[in-house]
Amino acid sequence: MSSRIVLEANDVARHFDVSRPALQRLLAGEKKRILRAVDGVSFQIVAGETLSLVGESGCGKSTMARLAVGLYAPTQGSITFEGQAMHAALADASLRRKMNMIFQDPYASLNPRWRVRDIVAEPIKAFKLLSSRKDIEDRVGQLLTQVGLSAHDGEKFPHEFSGGQRQRISIARALSSEPEFLVCDEPTSALDVSVQAQILNLMRDLQERLGLTYLFISHNLAVVRHMSDDLGVMYLGRIVEQGPAEEIFRTPRHPYTRLLLDAIPDISAVGRQRTPVGGEVPSPISPPSGCTFHPRCALANDRCKAERPLETKVGDVAVACHAVQEGRAA
Amino acid sequence: MALLEVSQLCVEFPTRRGTLRALDNISFGIEPGEILGVVGESGAGKSLTGSAIIGLLEPPGRVASGQIIFDGKRIDNLDQEAMRAIRGRHIGAIFQDPLTTLDPLMSVGKQLIETMQTHLKLSDRDAKARAIQWLEEVGIPAASERVFAYPHQFSGGMRQRVVIALALCAEPRLVIADEPTTALDVSIQAQIITLMRRLAADHGTSIMLVTHDMGVIAETCDRVAVMYAGRIVEIGPVENVVRSPQHPYTEGLMGSIPSLEARVARLRQIDGAMPRLNAIPQGCAFNPRCTKVMDRCREERPDLLPAGTTEAACFLVQGGAR
Ligand SMILES: Nc1ncnc2c1ncn2[C@@H]1O[C@H](COP(=O)(O)OP(=O)(O)OP(=O)(O)O)[C@@H](O)[C@H]1O
Ligand SMILES: Nc1ncnc2c1ncn2[C@@H]1O[C@H](COP(=O)(O)OP(=O)(O)OP(=O)(O)O)[C@@H](O)[C@H]1O
Ligand code: SF4
Ligand code: SF4
Ligand SMILES: [Mg+2]
Ligand SMILES: [Mg+2]
Repeated sequence: MSSRIVLEANDVARHFDVSRPALQRLLAGEKKRILRAVDGVSFQIVAGETLSLVGESGCGKSTMARLAVGLYAPTQGSITFEGQAMHAALADASLRRKMNMIFQDPYASLNPRWRVRDIVAEPIKAFKLLSSRKDIEDRVGQLLTQVGLSAHDGEKFPHEFSGGQRQRISIARALSSEPEFLVCDEPTSALDVSVQAQILNLMRDLQERLGLTYLFISHNLAVVRHMSDDLGVMYLGRIVEQGPAEEIFRTPRHPYTRLLLDAIPDISAVGRQRTPVGGEVPSPISPPSGCTFHPRCALANDRCKAERPLETKVGDVAVACHAVQEGRAA
Repeated sequence: MALLEVSQLCVEFPTRRGTLRALDNISFGIEPGEILGVVGESGAGKSLTGSAIIGLLEPPGRVASGQIIFDGKRIDNLDQEAMRAIRGRHIGAIFQDPLTTLDPLMSVGKQLIETMQTHLKLSDRDAKARAIQWLEEVGIPAASERVFAYPHQFSGGMRQRVVIALALCAEPRLVIADEPTTALDVSIQAQIITLMRRLAADHGTSIMLVTHDMGVIAETCDRVAVMYAGRIVEIGPVENVVRSPQHPYTEGLMGSIPSLEARVARLRQIDGAMPRLNAIPQGCAFNPRCTKVMDRCREERPDLLPAGTTEAACFLVQGGAR
């Protein structure tokens, strides 16, 4: 079996300057404030497989997603797509066509003044995939049908659709360029479970049929488990545990992964009070020292407060935690 | 007395090719302190129900018939001005689309302060302190440092939480929450749900919670309404609807939920798609997809009637004969 690597991130970081305007800052004598949205992330995605990123809101998933399709340039580190440095891949139209992204916010990413058929056809025209009007029209109709809308819906404008219908329009558009690598940022968050099942089944079918590669982001861990080959758990801009998804779901090792899995709501829990996740996410502007999870971790000790844990391999899984490394996280 | 009483509500969109009926005879009530969940297929009319209640239907959409009564007074026929006074102050709304609610050019703190000062008597200092407090309530880390950040500097889930804070900060009596936790990870979701439950229990705030997340419904709501093609097909106490759904659509919905226990080759889906508004079949709107369809279902439309431990619009289960 070949395992060609489609996307590789090497120690990637993306920082944002969130200081107040220079003059105000000078007057108040403040230092620059840098927010480390992604801070040293490495992973590889093998062709035809799905890597999912999970983690609490604000941990840097969407920022990583944008980095992965070249919408942000990394502050540090490098990203390669099909063996090419990202900037070179972007300059090459035949490579650029191979990647696409479904954005987290389906509303903001649809032009309100365009008819849906033009929105979906745009990548087809931009990359000259089809030329005759008839062919384009048929293809758009087919794409809309695939996501559970109808060809007639192409005549309408985005505001005439419900939230979940708009999300499906953006999925149809993302698929229209026939990408080989698709970044899906919360692609089904606005869909009810039966339509969600339909879309997820479609995505898996396409993967099996055409060998698509996905970087998948969802806060719904059941969906993630269903979709993923590999999993990366992010906390404050870093991956704290990564490896085969099944293995991590079965035996979560990092204390943060365990906490995430414990917080899942479930329908057998009618009226039950969920164990709230202890503590809050610290500020990414001034993250805690050492292991950034230490203020919330029951296993934290002095070493955790002082020293940033490095990744240790436990079988196929890489975990960045002193307790795991020292064998005291049983 | 119910705080909100919706009866026989119909919402229509006049178009060149005839009138589309998007909500068809919707009736339900919400008691003070009650949390009513609303679930259903994408496009079923959940958001429209919310927009109709707060008087924000987008033209040409309009309430064609029926009534909406809030706190004993009819509100579906109020003019813009009168409705605006109720909205925000007495009825708070969390829209499905967080970006359109937020002003991109105004810091999140300023937006909270302005909203509170419009509806409550607060000094600038108190308003700022409360704005920070609300951001903390919805789980924004380092709220005091970030109170004057702009929406684009926040992540998707953080923006969604700001929208929640905006809807709650004027302490309304009814909150229409349309998919408030969709972009949120489970831990923040738990925090928001706890916050909503506390508001309902301590302040008697009533909440209409639209979400497709059955886990959230199960944990948060007292009752739940299931919508399909502009109609309520089932309504009842949450444990009954979740544990023993009566309507075949509800049953299919429960069966499509991916389980965390195991990875299956394919998720169960309800075959077919919901009918388009201009092609709703005669009789029971679910009949083309229903595995238990009978002749009668293609002609007569089932009413919402007691069935088992819930109320359902299905001939199969009515009269508790299941
Ligand atoms: N401005 C409009 N013009 C025409 N049809 C509309 C308009 N707004 C909504 N609709 C239609 O009304 C129906 C109900 O929409 P609504 O937004 O209430 O769905 P929903 O249940 O909230 O779905 P979702 O879960 O996807 O958000 C949909 O079929 C939609 O296409
Ligand atoms: N353009 C920006 N300027 C400043 N800060 C930003 C910007 N974009 C993101 N951030 C910050 O970076 C952090 C990570 O944001 P990101 O959108 O990647 O989070 P996320 O993991 O996708 O969260 P969510 O689950 O809420 O979507 C957040 O603290 C956010 O406020
Ligand atoms: S390194 Fe220490 S603080 Fe961090 S997760 Fe492991 S035990 Fe907890
Ligand atoms: S009324 Fe008939 S078609 Fe409709 S849900 Fe019941 S059995 Fe199925
Ligand atoms: Mg995001
Ligand atoms: Mg909606």
